[in-house]
Amino acid sequence: MKGGFIMNEKRDKLLKELMAADFTVIELNLYLDTHPYEQNVIALRNNMVQRAKMLREQFEREYGPLTSQFGYSGCPWQWIESPWPWERQ
Amino acid sequence: MWFYDKKLEYPVKIKNCNPKMAKYIITQYGGPDGELAASLRYLSQRFSMPTNEAKAILNDIGTEELAHLEIVGSMVHQLTKGVPAHVLEKEGLGAYYSDHDHAVYPMSAAGNPFTAAYIQSKGDPIADLHEDLAAEQKARATYENLINLADDPDVIDPLRFLREREVVHFQRFGEALRIVQEKLSQKKFYIQKPKREDEAEKK
Repeated sequence: MKGGFIMNEKRDKLLKELMAADFTVIELNLYLDTHPYEQNVIALRNNMVQRAKMLREQFEREYGPLTSQFGYSGCPWQWIESPWPWERQ
Repeated sequence: MWFYDKKLEYPVKIKNCNPKMAKYIITQYGGPDGELAASLRYLSQRFSMPTNEAKAILNDIGTEELAHLEIVGSMVHQLTKGVPAHVLEKEGLGAYYSDHDHAVYPMSAAGNPFTAAYIQSKGDPIADLHEDLAAEQKARATYENLINLADDPDVIDPLRFLREREVVHFQRFGEALRIVQEKLSQKKFYIQKPKREDEAEKK
């Protein structure tokens, strides 16, 4: 189905952007663990956290929850919906 | 505690099955230098770290290793999904299929099941951090071996990401080791409570 394919592609693109932002935060967090006084890196990290938060909200609005701990669920329980991350899509 | 995030740390999208490659890659799931061993090693050692930097780095790298465990498991899953038993058998996974079907089971490339004997948690931060530095190098070398065995870009790409993470973790552990060594070699000052006046008079 072509429509489904295009939707998947859009989902993929947004997810990749979020993954990149979250990864940047992971990487900067590790750096800061052993360089806790580097103010400019902390600022960079704080900015990236804002960007990741925005992308996450956008993704969850369009494609459902990424965590089961935060946020509102419609009925039926949305958390169990595919795809799960390890599935080949 | 932990929350699950319903995405991988790095994408895994393998279009073509390759059971033989899965048999090798599974070693980074449950083998001697694999991600499960790495995660358990750091998350166990963190309890006895003496500085905030060292506690944080072991906690956070131990957490990232769990995400790597998931990446490696996803690779094994995608490389074997839907492959019929006779093909698995021909590609060297007959014994694996007998016990585990198409499931993902933590073991080494040679078939040894995961064991906590792969890790140490010594209570001595210098010994533990040196083990961690070695562990990252051993994992890096394993990923290089796996990259040498692979010919599919869909497989090589996540392996390259995982290899790079080992290099970064090695760097961070080196910094943590230096910080811990500096703390342990600091001069220690002991402050004694002054004697009360009436105690002093008795003498």
